[in-house]
Amino acid sequence: MRYSENHIGNKNVSDEELLKTFSPASESKGPKDTGEFEEEELERLKQTGIDLTHPNRTGTFVQTNHTVQRCDCESSGIELLPVTAALKKYDGLKEYWWRLISAEKDSFTREADQELDNGYFIRALPGEKVIYPLQTCLYIRDENLAQRVHNIVIAEEGSELNIITGCSTHPHLRSGLHIGISEFYVKKGAKLTFTMIHNWGENVYVRPRTGIRVEEEGVFLSNYISLKGVKSVQTLPTATLTGPNAVARFNSVIVAPEGSDIDIGAEVILEAPGTRSEVVSRTISTGGRVVARGHLIGLAPDIKAHLECQGLILAEHGVIHAIPELEAHVAGVDMSHEAAVGRIAQEEIEYLMARGLDEEEATSTIVRGFLDVRINGLPPELNEELQEVVEECHKGM
Amino acid sequence: MLKIEDLWVEVQGRDILKGINLKIGTGETHCLFGKNGSGKTTLLMTLMGFSGYRVKHGHILFKGEDITYLPINERARRGLGVAFQRPPTLRGVQLKNLLALYSKETDIGSRLALAYNFEDFLERQVNLGFSGGEIKKSELLQLLAQSPDLLLLDEPESGVDVENLDVICQMIRKLLQKDIPAKRRKSGLIITHTGLILNYVNADRGHVMLNGQIYCHGNPLDIFERIKNYGYEECAKCRLFEQSLKI
Repeated sequence: MRYSENHIGNKNVSDEELLKTFSPASESKGPKDTGEFEEEELERLKQTGIDLTHPNRTGTFVQTNHTVQRCDCESSGIELLPVTAALKKYDGLKEYWWRLISAEKDSFTREADQELDNGYFIRALPGEKVIYPLQTCLYIRDENLAQRVHNIVIAEEGSELNIITGCSTHPHLRSGLHIGISEFYVKKGAKLTFTMIHNWGENVYVRPRTGIRVEEEGVFLSNYISLKGVKSVQTLPTATLTGPNAVARFNSVIVAPEGSDIDIGAEVILEAPGTRSEVVSRTISTGGRVVARGHLIGLAPDIKAHLECQGLILAEHGVIHAIPELEAHVAGVDMSHEAAVGRIAQEEIEYLMARGLDEEEATSTIVRGFLDVRINGLPPELNEELQEVVEECHKGM
Repeated sequence: MLKIEDLWVEVQGRDILKGINLKIGTGETHCLFGKNGSGKTTLLMTLMGFSGYRVKHGHILFKGEDITYLPINERARRGLGVAFQRPPTLRGVQLKNLLALYSKETDIGSRLALAYNFEDFLERQVNLGFSGGEIKKSELLQLLAQSPDLLLLDEPESGVDVENLDVICQMIRKLLQKDIPAKRRKSGLIITHTGLILNYVNADRGHVMLNGQIYCHGNPLDIFERIKNYGYEECAKCRLFEQSLKI
């Protein structure tokens, strides 16, 4: 698989060239603590799912540029550390460090390997079930920096963990690069819900590289939301379901405004019998370009996997490119996909108009429904934000 | 309430309705019988103003106003309401959200669900995986929230099991104010293929539609009895006979 190309202005550039245009985050370390954040920054973080005063959070991790400002956790069953500290404590995290992704995968993984800023390490101890989510925030506060993080999340046997991660830039920042390596280990019977909200600047490049391993009876749920303008995102998390009856689900809700180029998706390798997966993306282009990928690979009998790419183009020039792939290597698999791209069906609009809504109200109701992912534990501010974005979408139509 | 004058309607370049005349008074319920493809649904869709149904000639008057070329939502606001036979699926839109949009009453969804005993239904996405009976219920719930003056129902009994039929007819009777005959202001036009609905909802008049024309007006039970015994073709012959007498 090849990602979409990098562009600076109208020019195609290589990964290496792109990297050279940014300064390392280590050169602009960021504030000592989150008390230095201004009101507008706190507001922006709230819109990204991060509330530093929230009572219903099990723990909080905040990294700005290169430096970790907060890393605290109320639960004794959860270990939360800056990843650099975890590397020291656990002698390089040999079982977990670069085990699901190769450091040699591309220029961005190499950069993160050689020039690591930090990242978070989260581990739920065996059997530990956390009610409130942990929030983690990766924040770029200064202009033109490359932030390189590497995160490790381990849900030990029988544990349950819910993480909200918000990635954002300063409200006035224009340009930046975020490289985020993440490795998730969901052990036997564990359940990990990972909700990632992106709220970047209009000229920010985002390069997450993610690997997930789910063992027997384990469940990994991923929600990815990006509703604001961003220059370019390339991400294709790969989940390997290694144990019988393991589950992985990916939901993505993407809005691509004019000037955004978002290449997203998920790849799931169903190695063991009885494993299940679902990859669902709902994308809206209001002038930007979206590539919605999904690749399901069935290697064992009795697996069930479904892929769904739904796209709406609400502007004249938007592009949505759905690439659903199913790959079965044995008999007895149940794999399916559904992809639909276009505008809102006239029939749906008229259906609501027949109840008295005008065309705009009808369209807004449909788009709101389209974007409704119903995420448990999502903060109310974010839902409000979602509605605002939906309203904005209509203005561009 | 409703007056249709010499209405000609074209769908995809084909004439479907060919000179329909029909009057429905305030508080009256009319039944429209007819074979599949006779133009019954086209009439309902045209009354509501859906795209794809082009009026070539004639007029639709509602409460004295010519609504022939009004947008759909304006007709709805004036009091027209339709229950669809095959409504589209609205992914992510919960039924309760729609009900709240249609009614000024707060908590309308809970009140209606309680009254008709299907609370769990409100959280579901509109028409997604609904059974035949659930579609009807959902359509009628939406109409109850909307509270139209003229109800257009497209085969409300089709695809519904006996158990659900009871609830559905109860909702239709409520919509048509069947429990307050003296003060009744609501009117209805019910399309029925099977006539089953007549066992549950009293209608004032019946009409037979054949090949885009209305062939017969009269007591709905008498008409239905005749259709059952002699088939729709007899209605055509009957009309021809009437016409020959006029000559």
